[in-house]
Amino acid sequence: MEEFSVFDIIGPRMTGPSSSHTAGAVRLAHIARQIAGCDVAEAAFTLYGSFAETGRGHGTDKALVAGALGMDPDDPRIKEAFAVAREMGVPVSVEFSDEPPKHPNTARIIITGSTGQITDVVGESVGGGNIRISEINGLAVEFSGEYPTLIIQHDDKPGVIAEVSHVLAQLNVNIAFMRVFRHGKGEDAYMTIETDQPVTEEMQNMILRLCDGINKLFVV
Amino acid sequence: MLLSDAFINGESLRRYCLENDIPIYEAMIRREEKLSDKPREDIIAEMQKNLDVMRASVDRGLSGKVESVSGLSGGEAMKLFKYGKHNPFSGYTACRAAASSMAVVEVNASMGRIVAAPTAGASGILAGALIEAGRQRGWSDETLIEGLFTAGAIGLIFAKNATISGAGGGCQAETGVAASMTAAALVEISGGAPIQALDAAAMAMKNVMGLICDPVAGLVECPCIKRNALGAVNAMLCADMALAGITSLIPFDEVVSAMYAVGKDIRVEYRETARGGLATTPTGKAVAQRVKRMQGN
Repeated sequence: MEEFSVFDIIGPRMTGPSSSHTAGAVRLAHIARQIAGCDVAEAAFTLYGSFAETGRGHGTDKALVAGALGMDPDDPRIKEAFAVAREMGVPVSVEFSDEPPKHPNTARIIITGSTGQITDVVGESVGGGNIRISEINGLAVEFSGEYPTLIIQHDDKPGVIAEVSHVLAQLNVNIAFMRVFRHGKGEDAYMTIETDQPVTEEMQNMILRLCDGINKLFVV
Repeated sequence: MLLSDAFINGESLRRYCLENDIPIYEAMIRREEKLSDKPREDIIAEMQKNLDVMRASVDRGLSGKVESVSGLSGGEAMKLFKYGKHNPFSGYTACRAAASSMAVVEVNASMGRIVAAPTAGASGILAGALIEAGRQRGWSDETLIEGLFTAGAIGLIFAKNATISGAGGGCQAETGVAASMTAAALVEISGGAPIQALDAAAMAMKNVMGLICDPVAGLVECPCIKRNALGAVNAMLCADMALAGITSLIPFDEVVSAMYAVGKDIRVEYRETARGGLATTPTGKAVAQRVKRMQGN
């Protein structure tokens, strides 16, 4: 069972009004931004379920924009996120969908990078500011962002997972949770590794250097 | 008893405190040290940050007109605060604490900065009651921080053994739990024993057991803001009762179990979905329509 910290009860410090519809939305978009390598030239959001129904009154639209621009859930500028986006020259668009989602508080975040590459992330705000990322570029994944999370896009072939976990062991990084996903046999695959220790940039480079078959690696 | 077993429920917490001759807040700090593997000073410093944001949110809500994103709320905390100077029926301290609690939730609704305690919708109760009580009695930040750890311990037991979300258990799980947390904190910083703090927490929950979550237009405004005012006064009253030597016939842990059972029985219409109660009154529905129409930037 999950052990609550006292700061889960007295906290988080956040910009209101809702931990699920505001703070959670900021975190969702912030993680999407990190998945896009913090390169956000343009961002489009679609809100589903309760996010779509009560999102405007809860500032969910502003919260998503704020997160994509790199703000944290307690940033006082969340309220002015649209203006901040204009100032930064980042076009943003928000759509409210009637389509029924799997989870009531779902958002799709599509980020276009400076060279035109698209990052398409679907996530859910599961309550109390906690979130779950459920899809990256059409591929089903699952992680919460509560732990340092290593997301690796790799070839679907034997040995890649073993190599990555071996390097992490050498670096003394303990794996808390690990999942592997793929489109189909031999096609594009992802692994998400949630760790107890942070994975530094140096460590990331080491993994890239030592492990064969990795196409892309990022940490959120 | 082991520290890891102290937070199973209220009774284990009381026994751990008794065996070690410490207050609840001390047990809470020790648990956090162990859980986070961080030094005590860091944990206290983190709580100080929460206290600072709480105080700023009270002051902001009371000092100027705050308006919510929907336009439904704002400015009422200041009205009550001003009125409270002239012999209010609820009493000087209670009236000011109620106004301070409303202030925080008004700031929350305006997309201002608050500390969830245990949630954003119930964020006014602990902040408003504790800071106002502290101002009246001259409590230092150090003392107020102790109170925040006591409150955290009570909230933690509700989170572990019941629920602290309106979607999970109705308003009793948000403003009810916040009032329980606050009552225990007020008792402990006033010199009450752990059992008195637990009794105060039990009484505060008993007073609002079964309270549904029926937000108009799905927003954290009506009835949330005024229920925070009630929560602050409920907490102060129950702290007074416990300090006066009144006990709860039903022990704290049994109140927690009962509240959880009641929460699960509350129909989904009355659990934050805005599909019942005040949300579906003719006025509630009209407001929801209006809020929906004003969408768009």
